[in-house]
Amino acid sequence: MLNSLPLRSALLSVVLLIVLLGSWELMNQAPTDTKPLTEYEMLMGGASQEARVPPPSAVIELAIEELSNPFYDAGPNDKGIGIQLGYSIYRVLVGFFFAALIAIPVGFLIGMSPLMYNALNPYIQVLRPISPLAWMPLALFIIKDSEASAIFVIFICSIWPMLLNTAFGVSNVRKDWINVAKTHELSPIKTALLVILPAAAPTILTGMRISIGIAWLVIVAAEMLVGGTGIGYYVWNEWNNLDLASVIFSILMIGLVGMLLDMFLAYAALLVEYKE
Amino acid sequence: MTSKFLEVQGLAKRYPGQGKSAEPVTIFENANFNIEKGEFVCVIGHSGCGKSTILNILAGLDHASDGLVLMNGREISGPSLDRGVIFQNYSLLPWRTALQNITFAVQARWPKWRKDEVLAHSQKYLELVGLKEALHHKPSQLSGGMRQRVSIARAFATQPQLLLMDEPFGALDALTRGVIQEELIKIWSEDKQTVFMITHDVDEAILLSDRILLMTNGPKARIAESVKIPIPRPRTRTGIIHHPNYYKTRNHLVDFLVNRSKDLSGENHDGEAGRHPQVVTFDESSD
Repeated sequence: MLNSLPLRSALLSVVLLIVLLGSWELMNQAPTDTKPLTEYEMLMGGASQEARVPPPSAVIELAIEELSNPFYDAGPNDKGIGIQLGYSIYRVLVGFFFAALIAIPVGFLIGMSPLMYNALNPYIQVLRPISPLAWMPLALFIIKDSEASAIFVIFICSIWPMLLNTAFGVSNVRKDWINVAKTHELSPIKTALLVILPAAAPTILTGMRISIGIAWLVIVAAEMLVGGTGIGYYVWNEWNNLDLASVIFSILMIGLVGMLLDMFLAYAALLVEYKE
Repeated sequence: MTSKFLEVQGLAKRYPGQGKSAEPVTIFENANFNIEKGEFVCVIGHSGCGKSTILNILAGLDHASDGLVLMNGREISGPSLDRGVIFQNYSLLPWRTALQNITFAVQARWPKWRKDEVLAHSQKYLELVGLKEALHHKPSQLSGGMRQRVSIARAFATQPQLLLMDEPFGALDALTRGVIQEELIKIWSEDKQTVFMITHDVDEAILLSDRILLMTNGPKARIAESVKIPIPRPRTRTGIIHHPNYYKTRNHLVDFLVNRSKDLSGENHDGEAGRHPQVVTFDESSD
């Protein structure tokens, strides 16, 4: 029974988790002094001068509390984790959707036309390495709305991988399949939809997967800047509240949601996959 | 103007030479031949003589540097559903099932057909090549022979006026090739398609064709001979080898490929005499 690889790796994962959480827990116990506290220590709320990272037990306790009521809304600075994540996911999806709306057709264009590729390539190469957050001041000035600016930042960071992957996928469609379209007298639009799109779909999906990963990385930083709502704002707000347990909890939630977004697109990629 | 079904006149293909003042490289030139309706014509020649280029020009996928191709008296200027192509590497769309690969072509051919008409027509041709059970398999789930059968079914299903085949059995093992050759004969004898086929295989050419065009070596290749196959149809693989004309024909072809294809190439054979292929016939009744 122990010979099965999935079982053994699952076992190892659990062991690693226990060791990690155990040592974290043990290293961060609140100090217990045998002497009674001095007046100063009582005033400061403890025996130690040093703040400690909350142990996993505290984080788990908080997580249970937060997750049992994730959508409560008690004013601008006190919303449930579900609401905050919801805002972030909404911004990511809207920005990502508009990016796809532009990137995939333009990617088709530059993938099919060497002229367009050579004409647009210099701009893409200059714009692509710009940190999306660098656009934030300009976006705030032009759009004059922090919510829309955050979405714009997501848009601008997720457009490039989709654009380049679409162009790459389209320009690398096998010549034979294009010839099949030609010998069957397909119109350019039918060729694009019936032959090029399905042939390039796996590459396009890979680009979308990279894009959504980057978008999820960027939204946290963008929300720290614009504030108001969202998981990025939440992390920064809890840091200002010195509530490290909440910070750790939200870090884990960011990871979890990022993983789910990626899994969703990985599943979509499976649907358009084909074997030659 | 003319009663010929397909006319090829002075076809040539040249590529610009390497370097600034280099002469253009001529792959082949002065290709003149005709194909009658319902005729099965094979082309044999060594690699690099431009056989595939001629086929691609006929398909409309490549452009000639010189000369023209007329089909039913009209010049060929691009790809058309009237000219079906079977490629050596099958060229099936891998994200579609065998059946969907056929319906794709049938729909392109007859856009006004209803769905059930398209389906019935496509299924008929897949069954004709013996793929009844594999209708819903993707090409990756099929063997090379089965993929080429799908490709053949796709080409025949669109009922083109001219069928172009570029070494259709080149990638198959000998046993599979034999089986599919006989299936091809069967379908061909029902539809009486006009076929232009490229092959490397002398026996295959004798089995299938009415006439064989022999190409000399490139560069400056040309079509040197047009050999009528003096073996009556119906033919079978096992039957033809007993026909008295079989070895005579085969020896002539092999002799051409081994000895004469080099000497007769355009480089050593300029002038008016080399412009039209020499017609070779064997007396059918002789032994």
